[in-house]
Amino acid sequence: MKTFAAFVRKEFKHIFRDRKTLIILFGMPIVMVIMFGFAIRTEISNSRIAILDHAKDAHSQKLKNKISASEYFNVVTELNSEEEIGEIFKRGDVKLVLVFPQDFGKGLVNENHSPIQIIADASDPNTANILSSYLQATFQSYVNEELNLQAPNLNITTRMMYNPENKSVYMFVPGVMTIILMLVSALMTSITVAKEKEIGTMEILLVSPLKPFVIILGKIIPYLVLALIIASTILLLGLYVFNMPMNGSYYLLFAEIFLFVLCALVLGLLISTVANSQQTAMLISMMALMLPSILLSGFIFPISSMPLPLQVISNAIPAKWFIIIIKNIMLKGTGLEAIMFETGVLVFITVLLTLIAIKKFKIRLE
Amino acid sequence: MNGEKVIEVKNLSKHFGQFKAVDDISFDVKKGEVFGFLGANGAGKTTAIKMLTGIWSSSSGQATVAGFDINRNRNKLKENIGYMSQKFSLYEDLTFKENVRFYGGIYGLSNKEISQKTDEMIAHLELDNIKNTLISEIPLGWKQKIAFSVAVIHRPKIVFLDEPTSGVDPITRRQFWDLIYETAESGITVFVTTHYMDEAEYCDRISMMVQGRIEALGSLDELLEKHDARNMDEVFVKLAR
Amino acid sequence: MRKILIIVQKEFKQIFRNKMMRPILFIMPVMQLVVLSYSADFTVTNINIYIEDHDHSSMSQSLTQKIAMSEYFNLIQVGNSYEEAYEMVEKNRVDVILTIPENFSKNMHSGRVTEISIFADAINGTKAGISLNYLQNIIAKFSLEEIEKTGIQMQIPGIETNKRDWYNPDLNYKFFMVPGILVLLVTIIALFLSGMNIVREKEIGTIEQLNVTPIRKYQFIVGKLLPFLIIGMVEFTIGLIIALFWFQVPFEGNFFLIYGFTILYLILILGMGMFISTITSSQQQALFLAWFFMVIFILMSGLFTPIESMPIWAQKFTLFNPIRYYVEVIRLVMLKGSGISNILMHVSVVAGSAILINILAMISYKKTA
Repeated sequence: MKTFAAFVRKEFKHIFRDRKTLIILFGMPIVMVIMFGFAIRTEISNSRIAILDHAKDAHSQKLKNKISASEYFNVVTELNSEEEIGEIFKRGDVKLVLVFPQDFGKGLVNENHSPIQIIADASDPNTANILSSYLQATFQSYVNEELNLQAPNLNITTRMMYNPENKSVYMFVPGVMTIILMLVSALMTSITVAKEKEIGTMEILLVSPLKPFVIILGKIIPYLVLALIIASTILLLGLYVFNMPMNGSYYLLFAEIFLFVLCALVLGLLISTVANSQQTAMLISMMALMLPSILLSGFIFPISSMPLPLQVISNAIPAKWFIIIIKNIMLKGTGLEAIMFETGVLVFITVLLTLIAIKKFKIRLE
Repeated sequence: MNGEKVIEVKNLSKHFGQFKAVDDISFDVKKGEVFGFLGANGAGKTTAIKMLTGIWSSSSGQATVAGFDINRNRNKLKENIGYMSQKFSLYEDLTFKENVRFYGGIYGLSNKEISQKTDEMIAHLELDNIKNTLISEIPLGWKQKIAFSVAVIHRPKIVFLDEPTSGVDPITRRQFWDLIYETAESGITVFVTTHYMDEAEYCDRISMMVQGRIEALGSLDELLEKHDARNMDEVFVKLAR
Repeated sequence: MRKILIIVQKEFKQIFRNKMMRPILFIMPVMQLVVLSYSADFTVTNINIYIEDHDHSSMSQSLTQKIAMSEYFNLIQVGNSYEEAYEMVEKNRVDVILTIPENFSKNMHSGRVTEISIFADAINGTKAGISLNYLQNIIAKFSLEEIEKTGIQMQIPGIETNKRDWYNPDLNYKFFMVPGILVLLVTIIALFLSGMNIVREKEIGTIEQLNVTPIRKYQFIVGKLLPFLIIGMVEFTIGLIIALFWFQVPFEGNFFLIYGFTILYLILILGMGMFISTITSSQQQALFLAWFFMVIFILMSGLFTPIESMPIWAQKFTLFNPIRYYVEVIRLVMLKGSGISNILMHVSVVAGSAILINILAMISYKKTA
């Protein structure tokens, strides 16, 4: 036990001696959470559009003003001819061009129908779609106001559950926490073990009286501690800087964080048994772990919309389950019974990976 | 042995803040000599060698190596010296031949010269079986011999060896010194650091560094006589006190 | 020149000697490109819905049917208990609850105001917003149809819109994402290979040996840069082939333009990697530094989220982001056929920074301390 403590101390020293890495390890989560909280928005607003007004009458002017006033649009320029449309798209200056027909106002008043043309740069189809639906809604409300129409007699009330102001931070804090924990745990362990292999000190450790299992334990404990500290930091930022609610139990939350970190650590060990140098360990972690954790976990893109094979694959990604768990605990305030299944899957993955890792290590030793 | 001086060092120092790693040393090395640069670990040997090879700049003092000022004429200097560092200097993930090709190429040898050198080395060091083996799979003693041969591949005027024999078994050490002698006889000056005091007897002249200063300089016999000692170990113990 | 070639040769041997490197460099990115391109899609489908029907009329049933038939919604259950629905939201089995009140059909017929409520699990705000939008559209359309059926004449004046989608009339989201993800992969490979290269020589000690050789700084840096430039270009070409032939992404622009810009961009990224490599002392440090910049640059590049939606200070920050320029250029040139005159600003910024960062790398690589 004493030798083990000494060994763990040595590992801690390694980590704390390397100030640059440590600063990045703590700085990165903070920068990422703040960036996501303040800078990155998935919703679309302030989109740059251009207008080509053939009508130039009172109605077109009023409608233009209404569009300019909307938070969704930023009318950057007025064009003079159809030819300019292609040019402005090719520079990537605007996402959409609105073309008023010559007799726009007249048509609106007299014939009740007045065709406006929306030309969207659909190279970004998502934005194109959303913008044109915003525009159509704007048109409708303009017509209602101007022509004094009765609103339809169907009243739809909507409520955003758990997130009434629809803040994207609620989604990003759990996501960022997941990614960072994955990085610290899996990437760091896979690289430290690979490093020992590369410079040959692993052999020395393996001939020492410590059992291989104990050595591995000694290697992962510091990262476990580090990961828990980082998780707390991100949590504090989320709670106090971005006013995220914490509706569930802290004990449960930390127990789940512990479970996930453990899972990631084992993944890191597994990678290090396969990799033969720090570079390969890093590239494997990056490609096979980080990108799927970001893209297939539901962090940014909804899993339910993916093609079926990817939905199946996403089940094998621990990050997916962990994100669901944190959101449930923090935002919905559910207890263990509601997330029993997700927790079970994480436990299963962790146990399975541990067994494989142990087997792989044994093979190497024999 | 003629009297031509290939290394001249005058009042050379290197400071790291308050700490004087090398403190005002002066000495000369003559052409074809095997010059032993002795001292305990941390005495300043490696710092001195790094200055003489142009890796580090000096804090004060002057030195010329192979006729070139160590602070002003670094590129010329580097063309005329060889160096084998304490850390392993060959690429472990390349084979013997590939290492020779790389370092030969860096020193501007033509392809013909490189293959000629390669053949020579294979014959001389008996590398026929391992010429296409990765360096990482070759035993340490052999690696050191190869590293040395690579360090003199461009026939430099001087070769600097920084602790070349640390961690090597006694037999290989002996063989390594044979290589050093051969090299010296062919006219290349050998500047070697070591902390094995018994290796001093292999050198033509010895300097002894203690805490950044040169405390003794001369041939083995001179030093033994001056300090009234039976071997270098005793000299060292007396000086270090 | 010959010395540079010697270094290039050595680097290639070292990279390909490592048996794991080949699949990592050439197979993994291909898989990533394919898998990620299918996953990176903001389109929301398969929304699980619970319909709480208190009306039990033929009209409420026909609305239910309409929703169930839509391509966006999966009807999980029709029931009449909010508690039950709420519990299913808690367990993540339902995303949206629609409540149809009693007297729904009666009110509709008599023209009285009817209240319909929608509750959306807004933890994923974007998805919730889009789901609401879909549902409102379906209901609005349904009510119009019902009104028409009742025979009440309703002239609905309005602005008729005629929408045209240029460059991507089928609104294929992959056309937008595949080039972006290609950028991502090329950047990752280039930055990490170069970022960990020189520092690796520091770690294993061979750098000292190189420092006493008469090799010049520029020879060293160029010799180190070239192999990764070549690997990066091969990587890009493979990715481009997949984009064009597997995903059928259109290529409207000029091949030389895109290749020229890619070379420029790679020189910039490799310079960054070299710079990182020279200022760090272990591969781990280099990796973390590279990763740190990488994450910020990717998130702020407009690759996944629109730059216009960011606050102004963040938008200004993206002007210093190389990935942003490359993402824009590759999309402009591939999808819209933009020519060099359209992207002059991008070219000059990337070229300028490439020169700057490589000079920095050369300065900070010290052969002498």
